[in-house]
Amino acid sequence: MIRRRGSRQVEEEAKTTGERVDHESKLKESDTDDAKSNEQPPQQQQQQKKQNKKKSKGARWGCIDSCCWFVGCVCVIWWFLTVLYNAMPSALPQFVMQKITGPLPDPPGVKLRKEGLFAKHPVVFVPGIVTGGLELWEGKPCADGLFRKRLWGGTFGEIYKRPKCWMEHMTLDNETGLDPEGIRVRPVSGLVAADYFAPGYFVWAVLIENLAQIGYEEKNMHMAAYDWRLTFQNTEERDKSLSRLKSTIEVMVQTSGGNKVVVIPHSMGSLYFLHFLKWVEAPAPMGGGGGPDWCSRHIKATMNIAGPLLGVPKAFAGLFSAEAKDIAVARAIAPGVLDNDIFGLQTLQYMMRVTRTWDACMSMIPKGGNTIWGDADWSPEEGHACSKSKLAPDDRQGSAKIKQESPVDIGPHGKPYAHYGRMVAFGKEAAVLSHSAVLEKRKGSTKVANGELRSNGSCGDVWTEYHELHWDDVEDIASRDIYCAEDLVGLLRRVAPKLMIRGEENWGFGLADNLDDPKYKHFRHWSNPLETLLPNAPDMEIFCLYGMGIPTERSYIYKVSPSTDSCNIPFRIDTSADGDSEGCLKGGVQFVDGDETVPALSAGYMCYKPWKGKTRFNPANSSSYVREYNHAPPANLLEGRGTQSGSHVDIMGNFALIEDILRVASGWSGEEIGGDRIYSDLPIWSERIKLVL
Amino acid sequence: MKQRKVSKDSGADFGNPQLSDRSKNSSDTDEHESKPHHQQKKRRKKSKVTRWSCIDTCCWFIGCVCVLSFVFAVLYHATPESVPQFVAEKINGPLPDPPGTMLRKEGLLAKHPVVFVPGIVTGGLEMWEGKPCAHGLFRKRLWGGNFGKIYTRPKCWMEHIMMDNETGLDPEGIRVRPVSGLVAADYFAPGYFVWAVLIENLASIGYEEKNMYMASYDWRLTFQNTEVRDASLSRIKSTIESMVQTNHGNKVVVIPHSMGSLFFLHFLKWVETAPPMGGGGGPDWCARHIRAVMNIAGTFLGVPKAFPGLFSAEAKDIAVARAIAPEILSNDVFGFQTLQYIMRVTRSWDACMSMVPKGGDAIWGNASWSPEEGYDCSEKRSITENTTEDTIASANSVPQECADDDSAVVKGVHGKPVAHYGRMVAFGKEAAVLDYSALRKKEPPPKTPPSDRTMNSSASCGDVWTEYQEMEWDNIEDIASREVYTAGDLVELLRRVAPKLMARAEENWGFGLADDLSDPKYQHFRHWSNPLETMLPNAPELEIYCLYGVGIPTERSYIYKISPPTDSCYIPFRIDGNAKGDSEGCLKGGVQFVDGDETVPVLSSGFACAKLWHGKTRFNPAGSPTFVKEYNHSPPANFFEGRGTESGSHVDIMGNFALIEDILRVAAGQTGDQLGGNRIHSDLLKWSERIKIKL
Repeated sequence: MIRRRGSRQVEEEAKTTGERVDHESKLKESDTDDAKSNEQPPQQQQQQKKQNKKKSKGARWGCIDSCCWFVGCVCVIWWFLTVLYNAMPSALPQFVMQKITGPLPDPPGVKLRKEGLFAKHPVVFVPGIVTGGLELWEGKPCADGLFRKRLWGGTFGEIYKRPKCWMEHMTLDNETGLDPEGIRVRPVSGLVAADYFAPGYFVWAVLIENLAQIGYEEKNMHMAAYDWRLTFQNTEERDKSLSRLKSTIEVMVQTSGGNKVVVIPHSMGSLYFLHFLKWVEAPAPMGGGGGPDWCSRHIKATMNIAGPLLGVPKAFAGLFSAEAKDIAVARAIAPGVLDNDIFGLQTLQYMMRVTRTWDACMSMIPKGGNTIWGDADWSPEEGHACSKSKLAPDDRQGSAKIKQESPVDIGPHGKPYAHYGRMVAFGKEAAVLSHSAVLEKRKGSTKVANGELRSNGSCGDVWTEYHELHWDDVEDIASRDIYCAEDLVGLLRRVAPKLMIRGEENWGFGLADNLDDPKYKHFRHWSNPLETLLPNAPDMEIFCLYGMGIPTERSYIYKVSPSTDSCNIPFRIDTSADGDSEGCLKGGVQFVDGDETVPALSAGYMCYKPWKGKTRFNPANSSSYVREYNHAPPANLLEGRGTQSGSHVDIMGNFALIEDILRVASGWSGEEIGGDRIYSDLPIWSERIKLVL
Repeated sequence: MKQRKVSKDSGADFGNPQLSDRSKNSSDTDEHESKPHHQQKKRRKKSKVTRWSCIDTCCWFIGCVCVLSFVFAVLYHATPESVPQFVAEKINGPLPDPPGTMLRKEGLLAKHPVVFVPGIVTGGLEMWEGKPCAHGLFRKRLWGGNFGKIYTRPKCWMEHIMMDNETGLDPEGIRVRPVSGLVAADYFAPGYFVWAVLIENLASIGYEEKNMYMASYDWRLTFQNTEVRDASLSRIKSTIESMVQTNHGNKVVVIPHSMGSLFFLHFLKWVETAPPMGGGGGPDWCARHIRAVMNIAGTFLGVPKAFPGLFSAEAKDIAVARAIAPEILSNDVFGFQTLQYIMRVTRSWDACMSMVPKGGDAIWGNASWSPEEGYDCSEKRSITENTTEDTIASANSVPQECADDDSAVVKGVHGKPVAHYGRMVAFGKEAAVLDYSALRKKEPPPKTPPSDRTMNSSASCGDVWTEYQEMEWDNIEDIASREVYTAGDLVELLRRVAPKLMARAEENWGFGLADDLSDPKYQHFRHWSNPLETMLPNAPELEIYCLYGVGIPTERSYIYKISPPTDSCYIPFRIDGNAKGDSEGCLKGGVQFVDGDETVPVLSSGFACAKLWHGKTRFNPAGSPTFVKEYNHSPPANFFEGRGTESGSHVDIMGNFALIEDILRVAAGQTGDQLGGNRIHSDLLKWSERIKIKL
């Protein structure tokens, strides 16, 4: 209530109390030793006054008085600070910061404006998963009064106030992947959809502000908000999101003197926009009917920021056991919300139930199978030492294939070799032993038959598909020890058949041998860069911009969790599996270089190899560039989330990245901003992937 | 529900200080009583202790206030949403279902996409680039929302909200842009709905953002400049095209409010005109894309209020803003020169001029005649069919009878003087009420000898410079000496007092009445927003609705005086607040009132649909059907109803259930005839009959 009062009112109150505040604070300083006497006088006054009649009552009043006194002090100090804060010139924090860290660099927008750069190409933002806001348009009675209020994004107040209700509204129908009956939750539109995810936690806001400084405004900036829970094709079916994006791009090109647009997708937005590129040129009804040269007429550049073009290993773990940081952003902001058991003891089950209805999560399951991600024996990244942010490539090459007597593969630094290709391993041994040793071990294992259903309907609300699984199946799954990228889809099909029925109708996870095969005309394959052609747009530039230098989840060590509860999820990441392998096995997860969410391979490989030059994936020879941004954490608290961060979301505030985007938006080409810039071992890893181009 | 919540909120806020006052008093008396005891016991620490007890009391008192407000806040948040409604139902009897819920039960579902065109003032504006004083306000609302910036940095706010006085575009280094999306005008200020109620009702029959669009634009600019600077018209065109295409070819229903009607009229011409002046949609664009235009309280023929707003910054031009926060504009928050500041700012907003009364004397009447004469504003809506003809007869005959009368004042039907609405501006009450012949006979007042006194004190006025400071005092007296200005003279009058303003205005707006619409000069965009100078598009199936409230006295003409020069920077003309009359036109405080919605007179919002475009006329060559629907104003019965569900006033009508129902039915596919055709409560037909223009 206090906080919500208008600033004027607060000031008035502060005026009336201001003298008292000053007075009191002075006294307080002088009398800190005498703290107790503060409380006594009113008590005594009261007691003495009512001595004769109501002694007991007087004492009670005294207690309440001192409570009031205390609250009063707190309030006064609070108001005082608020007034001070409001009266503070807005340049003060910056001033303090400059005193500490030395002069701040100009933000890129200001700098480039001075250089004379000016808005030229209209800009389209494509937000990723999770970061876009969702609001309620129609709901159950429990959501009364939330019409057009944000359910996702903003303060997330409703999670605390009505958790069950919130869950019910965020969940999609488990059969269709669309709205449940009587509920309509829709994406927020406009720049506000994803400028800030939560108050103070920017996503696009910094970039927008810098673009505004070189002359952008809403007529040439567009946020292509879409419902990130749906399959990409369903965003068109239900909300017409793709059609609206198409018509917006057309009008922006038309009203800005024919300058083509620069599209900036972030995270899953890269896949969404890849889907759009195919959709817009495909004939109606499946596509948008824009004709075969739509992209070349309307798009100057696509600047993917941290795009998980080949998928994210995290996505699998999220769907499989609701455990990994699939919703890393949300967790990073409010760990309490998702990790603690605020919904009783079944947070994870709830999470799983909700996320498994979100079809878009499946768009990020690792794609391309073993050719890209490696198998039980090899992986493109093997030999990566995550303890160093960057390896000198030379001293590793020679020793990479040395094998020792022990069944554990030893890497160049004398430590065991990380088998990244084993995306899921049951037990630490399966993850670190050499392949032959694993096969040996498997022969010894025996099966125990147990036909019991895992649960008998007692789980109520938190029903997940695991409850329909037999114990046999669970043990059978675990007995296979190693699952590579290719096996993940099969694994998910066993544990979540309904999810995967929808998944396989909507997404392609493979690698196309023959792109001319008519089956690749289906929209299922449009968001998989390995199953689709780039549009015929020779002038279009494709950028892969991403941060690196942060350990990123790559493969997992699982265990069967003891059945404490019939409703639990039978698989858990084996957090006790810490290793000294070079892959930095930590808490059951093997890490590789990346931006904390997306491995560098997934974000950079497409631009570095399959789309580089004229290949079968890029028949029109559109130019592609890889630009990496080395992660440097913020130096101190005042820097907030830093201006040189490389992590998945914070990179949106990276000055170097913003500068690159601004230059391209004002008309520069990829060559002019410096072409490729690679810090990671991407070239070596790409070399190891044998893909027909 | 929303505004109920807020009023309760503010109630709690205002309640607390009272409570706290009471508790303060009681605590003071406590203190007095207890002092003697104190002195008895603690003599040693006497001074210290008394000092402390004082501060303690303060703290105690503040603590009480805080605790109480916390308790209220908690109680308020813990209240189930249905409690206020429950209370309201106990008091009022059961509330009717909102129209959306009712029609959903009837089985109506979203069919035609809907486009909202907000009016002047109601749309939010946000800052995209500013001076250093506006640091930290990037993409924050300067207009709309809580207007917090007016209080914290008034000068800075003024500077940013103003346009350049020469070009009518952005000043150097400042970019203030319209907010886009539904949030642009759903609420004007927190709790003060504009479109929100309509949006919510549309949502209950299935609308969502894919088939609802807020065509927000910068309402300070000329309509053509919104396209030049922001490409607003192009964006509306492309959005409508895309909405029609993605909704199985169902054409859109457009709902302009207030000045939005003029903006959309401009759009209709713009979209079919060839580039570069127009949008190049081709001659059948409107026929292919628009199913209906439902003007809510449209200001088709202008608003008399707009004139005094520009002339003396006085009348309630920005009525909405004043109604919400009277202290912002009326009190002297910027020192003593609020009005001058307002004049300076509003005169830089070209769009205000779109609402200067159009059509001249032929529509608005002249010194001896006006279409509405004989209207009795004290009488409520009782004029029914049978009396209509009598009234016309008497209205026609009365002037002749009275011509012989000694008193040179024309008497109306009820024996009271007839209001001369046609005299839009009169200097002195006499000039307003005297019979026409008497007025002519009256000798012109003796001219004061030409003095050297000029108004030109531009140097000393500093920031609040208005064009009045460049005027000679002579000129001012000369203006006042003419006494009566009719609608046709207003433009000329403005040109004299504000040449810069009018230089821009005459390039951008037409205020006349076209004799020959095929004249090529009417191809110019200047005339597109004037329904009297432009033709409706060739769209025979397009339905045009005029929906507006009636039954509230609405400003129609003004009595002015020269205000004594108190200060070198003052505005020399003032509405003569003393001029109260007993004329039937309800002369009150220097203003003559007529029937309307508090801002727009009935004639302005209804005439176009009732006569100008009705049937196949030269203004409506395709014969698009038109419908007039009036909504009788009835104020909210009690506090719980907030702004009411049957209001007819200019903005509150957006929450009128009957209006919303009509809109929902059309959006769901019903036609104007299915809705019941015309519904007219006012004397509109009679008044329209009196206006003789070639159709």
